[in-house]
Amino acid sequence: MMASVASLVQSFAFYLFAGMAVLGAVLVVAARNPVHSVLSLVLTFFSTAGLFVLLGAEFMAAVLVMVYMGAVAMLFLFVVMLLDVDFDTLRQGAADHLPMGLAVGFAILVELVVIMAGIHPGEGAAHAAAVPVSNTMAIGKVLYTQYLYPFEAASLILLVAMIGAIGLTQRVRRDIRRQKVCEQIARRRDEAVELKEVAPGQGA
Amino acid sequence: MTPTLHHYLTVSAILFTIGVFGIFLNRKNVITILMSIELMLLAVNVNLVAFSAHHGDVLGQIFTFFVLTVAAAEAAIGLAIVVTFFRNRATINVEEIDQLKG
Repeated sequence: MMASVASLVQSFAFYLFAGMAVLGAVLVVAARNPVHSVLSLVLTFFSTAGLFVLLGAEFMAAVLVMVYMGAVAMLFLFVVMLLDVDFDTLRQGAADHLPMGLAVGFAILVELVVIMAGIHPGEGAAHAAAVPVSNTMAIGKVLYTQYLYPFEAASLILLVAMIGAIGLTQRVRRDIRRQKVCEQIARRRDEAVELKEVAPGQGA
Repeated sequence: MTPTLHHYLTVSAILFTIGVFGIFLNRKNVITILMSIELMLLAVNVNLVAFSAHHGDVLGQIFTFFVLTVAAAEAAIGLAIVVTFFRNRATINVEEIDQLKG
């Protein structure tokens, strides 16, 4: 009895999260307002994080919420709000591409279904390890030993992306006056101050 | 009926298809195209994590981690290029990005 209730809750959660993820994805591509698109993207990410929790991948769910929702989606939101673009003109002619998009999308879906029908998953491996470890610990044990060099390469990719993004967006404006801190610091007293001998009783 | 591997693969397939469809539907707007690419990468991640959970092997989640890293870097660089291009040309219409066409 308990097992069937747990199973029912699990499948309810699955359909809830899956439905929200698909709904969010549809809104991402269909929303007229790009801000709504970004917020739908956040909904999709969050629902997918829920699916990850159902799959027992809590660490990836947390990373998804932090990296995708906290960083990537907010970056999109900033750029959408920063750029003064008339998004309506960008949507003109979208209906012309609808048949092509539907055809290609349908073809890909059929291909994926055919591939999926060919997958006959066995029982799956036994989930219970000899010593029960949390998902995060299991990932850490593999990531920091066997996959240490790919992990370092991933950090290098992020560093290059950071430098690239800053280098691309930075611009030196020559039409404005800027504070030159090093010149201010390098200034000495004898360059700036001069003492004049003034004879008493003279002058204006 | 607990959700099986095929349930998750179906969700992943639907998400990926919507991502492809989004690129065709919004082929003038760079930002929406980038968001569609993010959707496709997310679908791939769902696939990897579903198989990882099914086989009881944590390797799939490790690979998801790297996909996530590349996705974050791609979004940062892509949006930086969009901002730079908008600063120079005051548009983000894909059809007007043709300066390299000779």
